[in-house]
Amino acid sequence: MRAGRLPLALGLLIVGFATLVAVFGPFFAPHDPFAQDLAHRYVPPAWLPGGSPAHWLGTDGLGRDYLSRLILGARISMLIGVSTVVLSGIIGTTLGVLGGYFGGPVDAVVMFVVSCRLAIPLILVALTVVFMVGSSLAVVVLTIGLLLWERFAVVSRAVTRQVCALDYIAAAWAAGCSRPRVILGEVLPNIAHHLVVIATIDMAIAILLEAALSFLGLGVPPPLPSWGLMIAEAKDYMFFKPWVIEVPGVALLVLVLGINLLGDGLRDLLGARTDR
Amino acid sequence: MSALLEIEDLHIGFGALQAVRGIDVAVARRETHCLVGESGCGKSVSALSVMRLLPPRTRWSAKAISFDGQDIARLNERQMTRLRGDRIGMIFQEPMTSLNPAYTIGSQMTEVLRRHRGASRAEAARRAVAMLDRVGVTAPEMRLGQFPHQLSGGLRQRVMIATALLCEPELLIADEPTTALDVTVQAQILRLLASIQREMGLAVLLITHDLGIVARVADRVSVMYAGKIVEQASAASLFAAPRHPYTRGLLASIPVPGKVRKGERLGSIPGIVPRIEQGFQGCAFRDRCDHAAPECAGAVPEQRAGEGHRYSCRLPPGWIEA
Amino acid sequence: MLRFVLRSLLLAVLVCLTVLIISFALSRLSGNLAINIAGPDASPEAIATIEHELGLDRPLPVQFMEWASRAAHGDLGSSYMYHATVASLIASHLPVTLRLGAIAIAIAIAIAVPLGILAALNEGTWIDVGVGMVALAGQAVPSFWLGLVLILWFGVDLHWLPIAGLATWRGYVLPSFVLSFVAIPVMLRLTRGGMIDAMRADYVRTARAKGLSRASIVLKHAFRNAAMPVVAVSAVQLGFILGGSVVTEVVFNVRGVGYLAWESIGKGDFPVVQAVVLLFAIIFVLLTLFADLMGALLDPRLRG
Repeated sequence: MRAGRLPLALGLLIVGFATLVAVFGPFFAPHDPFAQDLAHRYVPPAWLPGGSPAHWLGTDGLGRDYLSRLILGARISMLIGVSTVVLSGIIGTTLGVLGGYFGGPVDAVVMFVVSCRLAIPLILVALTVVFMVGSSLAVVVLTIGLLLWERFAVVSRAVTRQVCALDYIAAAWAAGCSRPRVILGEVLPNIAHHLVVIATIDMAIAILLEAALSFLGLGVPPPLPSWGLMIAEAKDYMFFKPWVIEVPGVALLVLVLGINLLGDGLRDLLGARTDR
Repeated sequence: MSALLEIEDLHIGFGALQAVRGIDVAVARRETHCLVGESGCGKSVSALSVMRLLPPRTRWSAKAISFDGQDIARLNERQMTRLRGDRIGMIFQEPMTSLNPAYTIGSQMTEVLRRHRGASRAEAARRAVAMLDRVGVTAPEMRLGQFPHQLSGGLRQRVMIATALLCEPELLIADEPTTALDVTVQAQILRLLASIQREMGLAVLLITHDLGIVARVADRVSVMYAGKIVEQASAASLFAAPRHPYTRGLLASIPVPGKVRKGERLGSIPGIVPRIEQGFQGCAFRDRCDHAAPECAGAVPEQRAGEGHRYSCRLPPGWIEA
Repeated sequence: MLRFVLRSLLLAVLVCLTVLIISFALSRLSGNLAINIAGPDASPEAIATIEHELGLDRPLPVQFMEWASRAAHGDLGSSYMYHATVASLIASHLPVTLRLGAIAIAIAIAIAVPLGILAALNEGTWIDVGVGMVALAGQAVPSFWLGLVLILWFGVDLHWLPIAGLATWRGYVLPSFVLSFVAIPVMLRLTRGGMIDAMRADYVRTARAKGLSRASIVLKHAFRNAAMPVVAVSAVQLGFILGGSVVTEVVFNVRGVGYLAWESIGKGDFPVVQAVVLLFAIIFVLLTLFADLMGALLDPRLRG
């Protein structure tokens, strides 16, 4: 196959698989992810000495089945990825399109807001908010979603400006279309493919950000098996049982890589490059 | 006297497209040979192929490209870089973008001399100033320290010419050197090129679409159409008695003040230049030609119309008198 | 040029002010600072006393004005938890973070730029795709996990580098390497894109027509033009690196400003948190300004 198409294919494969696992996986998990079994703590994966087929990927510090937790963790990651992107996408696109469409003082305000957002150290603020409000899945989603919109804003603004400079927008105005109609009917469809690409980028970032927050203890609360949290829980034992951090880490890596490959592949496919 | 540059059976293609389908061009010393045709006829890439400056993934082949008796088509890239800028110089159409915006004029000129002649910085600067002066650039010492964006289009083109001449090449290839310039500046540049050619004994291969320029400076002319040379002759012979219908059409479409009567339609050739794919047969001009016949879809004969005047058409040399 | 600088400065100040307000508001989110400090068993009187002492019983805008005016004089308040002023805490923790950041961006450039040039010169080939995928993989790695894995490999298995802390220069290697990962994909794409455009430019064709060496064409002519945005972007990336240094500092147990912030957040020590957020914002804004200036300076067309 052409060298250029491999990333897209690989990305689709990974993301597709992850989606399947996220949606259907927990129904097929071998054990209850929250069931503790203190008699069987730190059982190694089945292929290492001491492992058993009862727990393919072994167990964690509280005897919970690793594989089942991993599968549920996939659902958590995907859920967070999708919902934060939807939220930030709506916010960022609205800002960007308004700024790009109206120009002038509206645009200046939008640019200023984006600049302020960029200047804020994202993870510190997220940590603070979660600490203040209390950690839960919903809080994490809201925090990240309300903060991660800058890419959407910048790109949708840039593309809106390009699109508005084109003749058929002028034609739409001349034909008497109202502003909202022009925006919804002409501008949005044309920035859609850019938005899809940004969505994949931001989804990857959101997942990694949530993992970092959970790792630091201020993300998804235990006992929910966020992959970041699983790594944190395993940290104290990693010198003795490395697989406990290796497995969720590789899972994160592969998922995010898949999303990035998909995004890159889509960018090439849809011709949505703005950097060249 | 054998030719300085001789291109034999050059073919160039991009993907499925055949841009040049077997052309032969010879440029003698001290001679100006114009390669003329519409956009897309393949004249620019033909010129680029001499210096092997074609874009990557271009298919090209030639029986030989002889420069001073040596087949440079067989040289490797390192040998070609020694040739370029030294014995063969080239200037391009767009002076606005052909100079690097990040470096001074002086830097871009002296690097040629330091590369090919091993000149010191001071020596190279001296010769650059002298050459700038020769091409009519005012305040040459100051120009060395200026950046390209500080110069006008005409000045930039003069700088390009000066740079190409620094190593006293034997051949200068000029790809539409005046197309991007104002009409008045065009005339100046052409005059400059002519005087330099006389002085340095240069051979010049000039690519252009403008027959006016051809009339002014050419010794010999090759008319290109859709990747083939349809007529090749001395300038005098070509303008006096063009044989190929395309050449005649081109000449007829130039409005000459005094000769065109009011109300009379300007001559033009209906249709557009076709894009030729591999495996094309016959004369590419037949769809636009008033004299086309069924046999034009087959092999097109090469005919002679006097000393050094040949053309590719089924019509006999005497047809223009009929 | 001067107008441009002045406008940028004004915007920078406005952004900082806005972030100031945001970070101040942030720390008042839960509304129960005094309870946090006093502890869960404190009596209502004790809480009220603390509130009064810290000025928390006054209206919010007043609190803000007081804090802002004190901050303008360099007094960022005192930490609730440590017995030190916020300013001194930051001053003692900042150099480490800055050092790590500087090394990280240097590593990022050293890796990304040559790879970007390599990919550009081999555009479309498997080398190009390979480099691209390596960059994407680097982008996909969770930095905290990478840190842990590297500690395992280099610290434990190979004993080359220390597990934590900055006792020797070796201690800087792993954390700054992990920090650099964030910036590498961006810089790589930028270099690659810039080189591809530059190599296609007319002036490169002219350089080739002059018979210059390949090295001269690629490095002197093409790269000089491709590199212009790289300098600017690396300044901005440094800003992101610094802002995100929390995770890496925690993993490697490096006592920088990020670590300080994390500890402070965890303990509800809000004067510190406020100050750190503002600090990072100011650093980022300054770096952006620097980037804009660099961009203008490096391009001769914009200078005149």
